Amino acid sequence: MTDCPDPLLLHGLVDGELDAANAVALEAHLRTCTACAEELGRIEALRARLAGTALRHRPPPGLAGRIERALAGAAGRPVRRAAPPRAPWFAGGALGAVAAALALLVAAPQLTSTGLEDALVADHVRSLLAAHVVDVATSDRHVVKPWFNGRIDFAPPVPELAAQGFPLVGGRLDYLDGKVVAAIVYKRRLHTLNLFVRPASALASPVAFTARRQGYSLARWTGGGLEYWAVSDVAPQDLAAFRKAFTEAVRQP
Amino acid sequence: MRESRRFFRPRLAFRAGSPGRAPATAAEDGEADRFRLLMLPHMEAAYSLARYLARDGAAAEDIVQTAYLQALRGFAGFRGEAPKAWLLAIVRNCFIDWTRARGAGDRTFEPDEANDGVEEDTPEAILARKDEVQSLRGTIEDLPEPFREAIVLRELEELSYKEIAMITGVPIGTIMSRLARGRRMLCDLLLPAGDAERRKAAP
Repeated sequence: MTDCPDPLLLHGLVDGELDAANAVALEAHLRTCTACAEELGRIEALRARLAGTALRHRPPPGLAGRIERALAGAAGRPVRRAAPPRAPWFAGGALGAVAAALALLVAAPQLTSTGLEDALVADHVRSLLAAHVVDVATSDRHVVKPWFNGRIDFAPPVPELAAQGFPLVGGRLDYLDGKVVAAIVYKRRLHTLNLFVRPASALASPVAFTARRQGYSLARWTGGGLEYWAVSDVAPQDLAAFRKAFTEAVRQP
Repeated sequence: MRESRRFFRPRLAFRAGSPGRAPATAAEDGEADRFRLLMLPHMEAAYSLARYLARDGAAAEDIVQTAYLQALRGFAGFRGEAPKAWLLAIVRNCFIDWTRARGAGDRTFEPDEANDGVEEDTPEAILARKDEVQSLRGTIEDLPEPFREAIVLRELEELSYKEIAMITGVPIGTIMSRLARGRRMLCDLLLPAGDAERRKAAP
Protein backbone atom coordinates (compact mmCIF):
# COMPACT_ATOMS: atom_id res chain seq x y z
CA MET A 1 0.00 0.00 0.00
CA THR A 2 1.29 3.47 -0.82
CA ASP A 3 1.82 5.97 2.00
CA CYS A 4 -1.35 7.81 2.89
CA PRO A 5 -1.33 11.49 1.91
CA ASP A 6 -1.77 14.34 4.35
CA PRO A 7 -5.35 14.04 5.67
CA LEU A 8 -5.81 17.75 4.92
CA LEU A 9 -5.87 16.82 1.25
CA LEU A 10 -9.08 14.85 1.83
CA HIS A 11 -10.71 18.05 3.04
CA GLY A 12 -9.30 19.92 0.07
CA LEU A 13 -10.87 17.32 -2.19
CA VAL A 14 -14.39 17.56 -0.73
CA ASP A 15 -14.12 21.35 -0.73
CA GLY A 16 -13.09 21.42 -4.38
CA GLU A 17 -9.85 23.20 -3.50
CA LEU A 18 -7.33 20.73 -4.96
CA ASP A 19 -5.57 21.32 -8.23
CA ALA A 20 -6.20 18.71 -10.93
CA ALA A 21 -2.90 16.83 -10.44
CA ASN A 22 -3.40 16.40 -6.68
CA ALA A 23 -7.06 15.48 -7.12
CA VAL A 24 -6.24 12.75 -9.66
CA ALA A 25 -3.45 11.32 -7.47
CA LEU A 26 -5.66 11.35 -4.39
CA GLU A 27 -8.56 9.70 -6.17
CA ALA A 28 -6.22 6.95 -7.35
CA HIS A 29 -5.06 6.44 -3.76
CA LEU A 30 -8.65 6.34 -2.48
CA ARG A 31 -9.41 3.42 -4.78
CA THR A 32 -6.81 1.28 -3.01
CA CYS A 33 -6.89 2.58 0.60
CA THR A 34 -10.01 1.74 2.62
CA ALA A 35 -8.90 3.82 5.64
CA CYS A 36 -8.70 7.02 3.60
CA ALA A 37 -11.90 6.16 1.71
CA GLU A 38 -13.71 5.69 5.05
CA GLU A 39 -12.38 8.97 6.35
CA LEU A 40 -13.57 10.70 3.18
CA GLY A 41 -16.97 9.08 3.68
CA ARG A 42 -17.18 10.48 7.20
CA ILE A 43 -16.30 13.98 6.04
CA GLU A 44 -18.94 13.77 3.33
CA ALA A 45 -21.53 12.42 5.78
CA LEU A 46 -20.84 15.34 8.11
CA ARG A 47 -21.06 17.85 5.29
CA ALA A 48 -24.42 16.37 4.25
CA ARG A 49 -25.62 16.78 7.84
CA LEU A 50 -24.68 20.48 7.87
CA ALA A 51 -25.68 21.18 4.28
CA GLY A 52 -28.04 23.90 3.19
CA THR A 53 -28.75 27.16 4.89
CA ALA A 54 -31.08 25.79 7.59
CA LEU A 55 -28.37 26.16 10.25
CA ARG A 56 -27.84 29.81 9.47
CA HIS A 57 -29.30 32.09 12.12
CA ARG A 58 -32.07 34.26 10.65
CA PRO A 59 -31.94 37.93 11.61
CA PRO A 60 -34.94 39.17 13.63
CA PRO A 61 -37.47 41.05 11.47
CA GLY A 62 -36.58 44.50 12.81
CA LEU A 63 -32.87 44.33 12.03
CA ALA A 64 -33.05 45.24 8.33
CA GLY A 65 -35.00 48.42 9.10
CA ARG A 66 -32.70 49.29 11.98
CA ILE A 67 -29.64 49.02 9.76
CA GLU A 68 -31.27 50.98 6.95
CA ARG A 69 -32.04 53.77 9.41
CA ALA A 70 -28.53 53.72 10.80
CA LEU A 71 -27.09 53.91 7.27
CA ALA A 72 -29.44 56.73 6.28
CA GLY A 73 -28.48 58.55 9.48
CA ALA A 74 -24.78 58.14 8.74
CA ALA A 75 -25.28 59.42 5.18
CA GLY A 76 -27.24 62.50 6.29
CA ARG A 77 -24.76 63.92 8.77
CA PRO A 78 -25.66 67.61 8.21
CA VAL A 79 -29.21 67.36 9.60
CA ARG A 80 -28.69 64.49 11.97
CA ARG A 81 -28.39 66.60 15.09
CA ALA A 82 -30.62 69.42 13.94
CA ALA A 83 -33.72 68.16 15.75
CA PRO A 84 -33.12 69.82 19.15
CA PRO A 85 -31.97 73.28 18.04
CA ARG A 86 -30.15 74.41 21.18
CA ALA A 87 -27.75 76.63 19.31
CA PRO A 88 -29.66 78.97 16.98
CA TRP A 89 -26.67 79.77 14.79
CA PHE A 90 -26.09 76.08 14.24
CA ALA A 91 -29.74 75.49 13.41
CA GLY A 92 -29.52 78.34 10.91
CA GLY A 93 -26.54 76.66 9.30
CA ALA A 94 -28.36 73.38 9.15
CA LEU A 95 -31.39 75.00 7.55
CA GLY A 96 -29.12 76.58 5.00
CA ALA A 97 -27.64 73.18 4.27
CA VAL A 98 -31.12 71.70 3.86
CA ALA A 99 -32.13 74.52 1.51
CA ALA A 100 -28.96 74.10 -0.56
CA ALA A 101 -29.47 70.36 -0.75
CA LEU A 102 -33.11 70.77 -1.75
CA ALA A 103 -32.05 73.15 -4.48
CA LEU A 104 -29.65 70.48 -5.71
CA LEU A 105 -32.41 67.88 -5.67
CA VAL A 106 -34.82 70.06 -7.59
CA ALA A 107 -32.17 70.97 -10.11
CA ALA A 108 -31.07 67.36 -10.51
CA PRO A 109 -31.98 65.99 -13.93
CA GLN A 110 -34.52 63.24 -14.44
CA LEU A 111 -33.35 59.71 -13.80
CA THR A 112 -31.20 58.57 -16.66
CA SER A 113 -31.72 55.09 -18.02
CA THR A 114 -28.81 53.88 -15.86
CA GLY A 115 -30.31 55.52 -12.81
CA LEU A 116 -33.63 53.91 -13.60
CA GLU A 117 -32.02 50.49 -13.94
CA ASP A 118 -30.31 50.95 -10.58
CA ALA A 119 -33.62 52.00 -9.09
CA LEU A 120 -35.33 48.91 -10.51
CA VAL A 121 -32.66 46.60 -9.13
CA ALA A 122 -32.91 48.38 -5.79
CA ASP A 123 -36.70 47.91 -5.75
CA HIS A 124 -36.24 44.25 -6.57
CA VAL A 125 -33.62 43.70 -3.87
CA ARG A 126 -35.65 45.54 -1.27
CA SER A 127 -38.78 43.51 -2.02
CA LEU A 128 -36.76 40.39 -1.20
CA LEU A 129 -34.96 41.90 1.81
CA ALA A 130 -38.00 43.31 3.50
CA ALA A 131 -39.79 39.97 3.06
CA HIS A 132 -42.46 42.10 1.42
CA VAL A 133 -42.56 40.58 -2.01
CA VAL A 134 -46.31 40.75 -2.44
CA ASP A 135 -49.23 42.72 -1.01
CA VAL A 136 -51.68 40.24 -2.47
CA ALA A 137 -50.41 36.66 -2.52
CA THR A 138 -52.18 34.37 -4.91
CA SER A 139 -51.49 32.31 -7.97
CA ASP A 140 -54.92 33.29 -9.32
CA ARG A 141 -54.65 36.03 -11.89
CA HIS A 142 -58.37 36.79 -11.47
CA VAL A 143 -57.54 37.98 -7.95
CA VAL A 144 -54.38 39.92 -8.74
CA LYS A 145 -55.79 41.95 -11.64
CA PRO A 146 -58.84 43.38 -9.76
CA TRP A 147 -56.63 44.01 -6.73
CA PHE A 148 -54.73 46.66 -8.70
CA ASN A 149 -58.06 48.29 -9.63
CA GLY A 150 -58.55 51.50 -7.69
CA ARG A 151 -55.00 51.43 -6.39
CA ILE A 152 -53.41 52.57 -9.63
CA ASP A 153 -54.87 54.43 -12.59
CA PHE A 154 -53.93 51.87 -15.22
CA ALA A 155 -54.77 48.19 -15.63
CA PRO A 156 -51.72 45.95 -16.04
CA PRO A 157 -52.37 42.62 -17.71
CA VAL A 158 -51.73 39.67 -15.39
CA PRO A 159 -51.36 36.51 -17.47
CA GLU A 160 -50.81 33.12 -15.84
CA LEU A 161 -47.51 31.77 -17.14
CA ALA A 162 -47.07 28.63 -15.03
CA ALA A 163 -47.18 26.46 -18.16
CA GLN A 164 -44.21 28.38 -19.53
CA GLY A 165 -42.27 27.91 -16.25
CA PHE A 166 -43.17 31.22 -14.57
CA PRO A 167 -45.85 30.62 -11.91
CA LEU A 168 -47.63 33.74 -10.63
CA VAL A 169 -46.93 34.62 -6.99
CA GLY A 170 -48.93 37.81 -6.52
CA GLY A 171 -48.88 41.57 -6.86
CA ARG A 172 -47.59 44.58 -4.97
CA LEU A 173 -47.46 48.35 -5.25
CA ASP A 174 -44.02 49.89 -5.51
CA TYR A 175 -42.48 53.25 -6.26
CA LEU A 176 -40.37 54.09 -9.24
CA ASP A 177 -39.17 57.50 -10.23
CA GLY A 178 -41.48 59.01 -7.61
CA LYS A 179 -44.62 57.32 -9.00
CA VAL A 180 -46.68 54.37 -7.83
CA VAL A 181 -46.21 51.43 -10.17
CA ALA A 182 -47.57 47.89 -10.28
CA ALA A 183 -45.17 45.09 -9.41
CA ILE A 184 -46.32 41.65 -10.51
CA VAL A 185 -44.32 38.83 -9.02
CA TYR A 186 -43.53 35.56 -10.76
CA LYS A 187 -41.20 32.70 -9.86
CA ARG A 188 -38.61 31.00 -12.04
CA ARG A 189 -37.68 27.81 -10.16
CA LEU A 190 -36.30 29.23 -6.87
CA HIS A 191 -35.79 32.74 -8.20
CA THR A 192 -38.16 35.63 -7.73
CA LEU A 193 -38.97 37.77 -10.74
CA ASN A 194 -40.39 41.26 -10.31
CA LEU A 195 -42.27 42.73 -13.27
CA PHE A 196 -42.69 46.50 -12.87
CA VAL A 197 -45.44 48.05 -14.97
CA ARG A 198 -46.15 51.74 -15.50
CA PRO A 199 -47.83 53.83 -18.18
CA ALA A 200 -45.42 54.51 -21.01
CA SER A 201 -44.61 58.19 -21.22
CA ALA A 202 -45.28 59.98 -24.49
CA LEU A 203 -41.58 60.00 -25.27
CA ALA A 204 -40.93 56.43 -24.17
CA SER A 205 -38.76 54.55 -26.59
CA PRO A 206 -40.44 51.41 -27.98
CA VAL A 207 -37.07 49.63 -28.00
CA ALA A 208 -37.02 46.31 -26.16
CA PHE A 209 -33.74 45.21 -24.61
CA THR A 210 -32.14 43.21 -21.83
CA ALA A 211 -29.32 44.35 -19.59
CA ARG A 212 -27.17 43.13 -16.69
CA ARG A 213 -26.65 45.24 -13.57
CA GLN A 214 -24.89 44.26 -10.35
CA GLY A 215 -25.47 40.61 -11.18
CA TYR A 216 -29.17 41.10 -11.91
CA SER A 217 -30.84 40.79 -15.28
CA LEU A 218 -33.28 43.37 -16.59
CA ALA A 219 -35.58 43.21 -19.57
CA ARG A 220 -37.56 46.17 -20.88
CA TRP A 221 -40.33 46.35 -23.43
CA THR A 222 -43.49 48.34 -24.16
CA GLY A 223 -46.96 47.40 -25.32
CA GLY A 224 -50.54 48.66 -25.11
CA GLY A 225 -49.42 52.03 -23.78
CA LEU A 226 -47.55 50.43 -20.86
CA GLU A 227 -43.85 50.11 -20.14
CA TYR A 228 -42.61 46.83 -18.63
CA TRP A 229 -39.42 46.16 -16.72
CA ALA A 230 -38.66 42.62 -15.56
CA VAL A 231 -35.91 42.24 -12.93
CA SER A 232 -34.49 39.03 -11.51
CA ASP A 233 -31.28 37.22 -10.71
CA VAL A 234 -31.99 34.58 -13.35
CA ALA A 235 -29.90 34.31 -16.51
CA PRO A 236 -30.66 36.89 -19.23
CA GLN A 237 -31.97 34.10 -21.53
CA ASP A 238 -34.57 33.20 -18.88
CA LEU A 239 -35.70 36.79 -18.75
CA ALA A 240 -35.90 36.95 -22.54
CA ALA A 241 -38.03 33.79 -22.41
CA PHE A 242 -40.24 35.47 -19.84
CA ARG A 243 -40.71 38.53 -22.03
CA LYS A 244 -41.64 36.31 -24.98
CA ALA A 245 -44.11 34.27 -22.91
CA PHE A 246 -45.63 37.40 -21.41
CA THR A 247 -46.08 39.31 -24.66
CA GLU A 248 -47.56 36.25 -26.38
CA ALA A 249 -49.99 35.63 -23.52
CA VAL A 250 -51.08 39.27 -23.53
CA ARG A 251 -51.59 39.29 -27.29
CA GLN A 252 -53.99 36.31 -27.22
CA PRO A 253 -55.74 36.26 -23.86
CA MET B 1 -31.31 57.28 16.96
CA ARG B 2 -34.97 57.58 17.90
CA GLU B 3 -35.07 61.15 16.68
CA SER B 4 -33.81 60.22 13.28
CA ARG B 5 -36.72 57.86 12.61
CA ARG B 6 -38.96 60.70 11.69
CA PHE B 7 -36.47 61.97 9.20
CA PHE B 8 -35.13 58.86 7.56
CA ARG B 9 -37.54 56.25 6.45
CA PRO B 10 -36.10 52.80 5.88
CA ARG B 11 -35.94 53.30 2.15
CA LEU B 12 -33.15 53.14 -0.32
CA ALA B 13 -31.75 56.54 -1.06
CA PHE B 14 -32.63 56.67 -4.75
CA ARG B 15 -36.17 57.73 -3.89
CA ALA B 16 -35.50 61.32 -4.61
CA GLY B 17 -39.21 62.07 -4.41
CA SER B 18 -39.71 60.97 -0.82
CA PRO B 19 -40.09 63.91 1.53
CA GLY B 20 -37.60 64.69 4.24
CA ARG B 21 -34.78 62.53 3.01
CA ALA B 22 -31.24 63.31 4.01
CA PRO B 23 -29.59 65.79 1.75
CA ALA B 24 -26.58 64.39 -0.04
CA THR B 25 -24.86 65.02 -3.31
CA ALA B 26 -25.66 62.92 -6.36
CA ALA B 27 -22.24 61.28 -6.17
CA GLU B 28 -22.73 60.32 -2.55
CA ASP B 29 -26.15 58.97 -3.44
CA GLY B 30 -24.63 56.79 -6.15
CA GLU B 31 -22.05 55.39 -3.75
CA ALA B 32 -24.65 54.83 -1.03
CA ASP B 33 -26.90 53.00 -3.49
CA ARG B 34 -24.03 50.86 -4.66
CA PHE B 35 -23.17 50.07 -1.06
CA ARG B 36 -26.73 48.98 -0.32
CA LEU B 37 -27.03 46.87 -3.44
CA LEU B 38 -23.76 45.07 -2.79
CA MET B 39 -23.87 44.74 0.99
CA LEU B 40 -27.46 44.50 2.21
CA PRO B 41 -28.11 41.13 0.54
CA HIS B 42 -25.44 39.67 2.87
CA MET B 43 -27.16 40.78 6.06
CA GLU B 44 -28.32 37.28 6.91
CA ALA B 45 -24.80 35.91 6.49
CA ALA B 46 -23.47 38.77 8.63
CA TYR B 47 -26.01 38.19 11.38
CA SER B 48 -25.52 34.44 11.35
CA LEU B 49 -21.74 34.75 11.64
CA ALA B 50 -22.02 37.36 14.41
CA ARG B 51 -24.44 35.18 16.32
CA TYR B 52 -22.30 32.05 16.02
CA LEU B 53 -19.28 34.01 17.21
CA ALA B 54 -20.95 35.96 20.03
CA ARG B 55 -23.47 33.22 20.91
CA ASP B 56 -25.93 35.95 21.82
CA GLY B 57 -28.75 37.29 19.63
CA ALA B 58 -28.87 40.86 20.93
CA ALA B 59 -25.10 41.23 20.76
CA ALA B 60 -25.15 39.86 17.21
CA GLU B 61 -27.63 42.58 16.19
CA ASP B 62 -25.40 45.30 17.63
CA ILE B 63 -22.31 43.81 16.02
CA VAL B 64 -23.98 43.66 12.60
CA GLN B 65 -25.23 47.23 12.84
CA THR B 66 -21.79 48.50 13.86
CA ALA B 67 -20.24 46.47 11.05
CA TYR B 68 -22.55 47.99 8.43
CA LEU B 69 -21.71 51.50 9.60
CA GLN B 70 -17.97 50.74 9.54
CA ALA B 71 -18.35 49.13 6.12
CA LEU B 72 -20.11 52.23 4.79
CA ARG B 73 -17.32 54.43 6.11
CA GLY B 74 -14.64 52.20 4.62
CA PHE B 75 -16.47 51.51 1.37
CA ALA B 76 -13.98 53.55 -0.65
CA GLY B 77 -11.41 50.84 0.16
CA PHE B 78 -13.57 48.08 -1.27
CA ARG B 79 -12.10 46.91 -4.56
CA GLY B 80 -15.26 45.38 -5.97
CA GLU B 81 -14.34 41.74 -5.35
CA ALA B 82 -16.03 39.27 -3.02
CA PRO B 83 -18.38 41.70 -1.24
CA LYS B 84 -19.61 39.01 1.14
CA ALA B 85 -16.10 38.14 2.34
CA TRP B 86 -15.27 41.83 2.65
CA LEU B 87 -18.34 42.47 4.81
CA LEU B 88 -17.81 39.36 6.96
CA ALA B 89 -14.22 40.42 7.67
CA ILE B 90 -15.63 43.64 9.14
CA VAL B 91 -18.25 41.71 11.11
CA ARG B 92 -15.47 39.58 12.57
CA ASN B 93 -13.46 42.67 13.56
CA CYS B 94 -16.53 44.15 15.22
CA PHE B 95 -17.02 40.91 17.12
CA ILE B 96 -13.43 41.12 18.38
CA ASP B 97 -14.00 44.74 19.45
CA TRP B 98 -17.14 43.61 21.22
CA THR B 99 -15.35 40.86 23.17
CA ARG B 100 -12.60 43.34 24.13
CA ALA B 101 -15.12 45.91 25.31
CA ARG B 102 -16.86 43.22 27.29
CA GLY B 103 -13.63 41.92 28.78
CA ALA B 104 -12.44 45.40 29.83
CA GLY B 105 -14.28 45.53 33.12
CA ASP B 106 -17.72 46.10 31.61
CA ARG B 107 -19.90 44.04 33.88
CA THR B 108 -23.22 45.03 32.40
CA PHE B 109 -23.12 42.00 30.11
CA GLU B 110 -24.36 38.73 31.47
CA PRO B 111 -21.99 35.85 30.97
CA ASP B 112 -23.00 33.54 28.12
CA GLU B 113 -23.97 30.73 30.45
CA ALA B 114 -26.46 32.93 32.26
CA ASN B 115 -28.01 34.09 28.99
CA ASP B 116 -28.33 30.54 27.76
CA GLY B 117 -30.01 29.57 30.99
CA VAL B 118 -32.61 32.31 30.67
CA GLU B 119 -33.30 31.39 27.08
CA GLU B 120 -33.72 27.73 27.86
CA ASP B 121 -36.41 28.43 30.40
CA THR B 122 -38.85 29.89 27.89
CA PRO B 123 -41.41 27.40 26.56
CA GLU B 124 -40.40 28.32 23.06
CA ALA B 125 -36.80 27.39 23.72
CA ILE B 126 -37.78 24.14 25.39
CA LEU B 127 -39.72 23.20 22.28
CA ALA B 128 -36.94 24.43 20.05
CA ARG B 129 -34.32 22.35 21.83
CA LYS B 130 -36.00 19.25 20.54
CA ASP B 131 -35.52 20.58 17.10
CA GLU B 132 -32.79 19.00 15.02
CA VAL B 133 -31.65 22.38 13.72
CA GLN B 134 -31.41 23.77 17.22
CA SER B 135 -29.33 20.89 18.47
CA LEU B 136 -26.98 21.09 15.49
CA ARG B 137 -26.56 24.82 16.08
CA GLY B 138 -25.80 24.12 19.72
CA THR B 139 -23.18 21.56 18.75
CA ILE B 140 -21.46 24.06 16.46
CA GLU B 141 -21.62 26.76 19.14
CA ASP B 142 -19.86 24.46 21.57
CA LEU B 143 -16.79 24.22 19.34
CA PRO B 144 -13.79 26.34 20.37
CA GLU B 145 -13.82 29.64 18.54
CA PRO B 146 -11.24 29.22 15.74
CA PHE B 147 -12.79 25.91 14.67
CA ARG B 148 -16.34 27.20 15.02
CA GLU B 149 -15.48 30.15 12.81
CA ALA B 150 -13.90 27.98 10.12
CA ILE B 151 -16.86 25.58 10.13
CA VAL B 152 -19.46 28.37 9.90
CA LEU B 153 -17.64 30.15 7.07
CA ARG B 154 -17.05 26.98 5.08
CA GLU B 155 -20.12 24.79 5.73
CA LEU B 156 -22.82 27.42 6.27
CA GLU B 157 -21.56 30.27 4.13
CA GLU B 158 -19.81 28.06 1.54
CA LEU B 159 -16.85 30.40 1.19
CA SER B 160 -13.59 29.32 -0.40
CA TYR B 161 -10.39 28.74 1.60
CA LYS B 162 -9.01 31.93 0.10
CA GLU B 163 -12.01 33.96 1.24
CA ILE B 164 -11.93 32.43 4.73
CA ALA B 165 -8.23 33.23 4.96
CA MET B 166 -9.02 36.80 3.94
CA ILE B 167 -11.75 37.14 6.56
CA THR B 168 -9.77 35.65 9.42
CA GLY B 169 -6.39 37.03 8.42
CA VAL B 170 -4.55 33.71 8.77
CA PRO B 171 -2.78 31.63 6.10
CA ILE B 172 -4.74 29.10 4.03
CA GLY B 173 -2.77 26.22 5.57
CA THR B 174 -4.01 27.24 9.01
CA ILE B 175 -7.57 27.43 7.70
CA MET B 176 -7.24 23.91 6.32
CA SER B 177 -6.04 22.47 9.60
CA ARG B 178 -8.69 24.34 11.62
CA LEU B 179 -11.38 23.10 9.26
CA ALA B 180 -10.06 19.54 9.50
CA ARG B 181 -9.97 19.66 13.30
CA GLY B 182 -13.39 21.28 13.50
CA ARG B 183 -14.82 18.59 11.26
CA ARG B 184 -13.13 15.87 13.27
CA MET B 185 -14.78 17.19 16.47
CA LEU B 186 -18.16 17.40 14.78
CA CYS B 187 -17.80 13.91 13.29
CA ASP B 188 -17.14 12.54 16.77
CA LEU B 189 -20.12 14.41 18.20
CA LEU B 190 -22.63 13.91 15.40
CA LEU B 191 -21.85 10.75 13.48
CA PRO B 192 -22.43 7.22 14.80
CA ALA B 193 -19.24 5.67 16.17
CA GLY B 194 -17.22 4.57 13.15
CA ASP B 195 -13.84 3.60 14.48
CA ALA B 196 -13.22 2.41 18.01
CA GLU B 197 -9.68 3.78 18.41
CA ARG B 198 -10.74 7.34 17.89
CA ARG B 199 -13.63 7.06 20.33
CA LYS B 200 -11.38 5.93 23.17
CA ALA B 201 -10.61 9.53 24.00
CA ALA B 202 -14.30 10.46 24.26
CA PRO B 203 -16.14 9.65 27.48
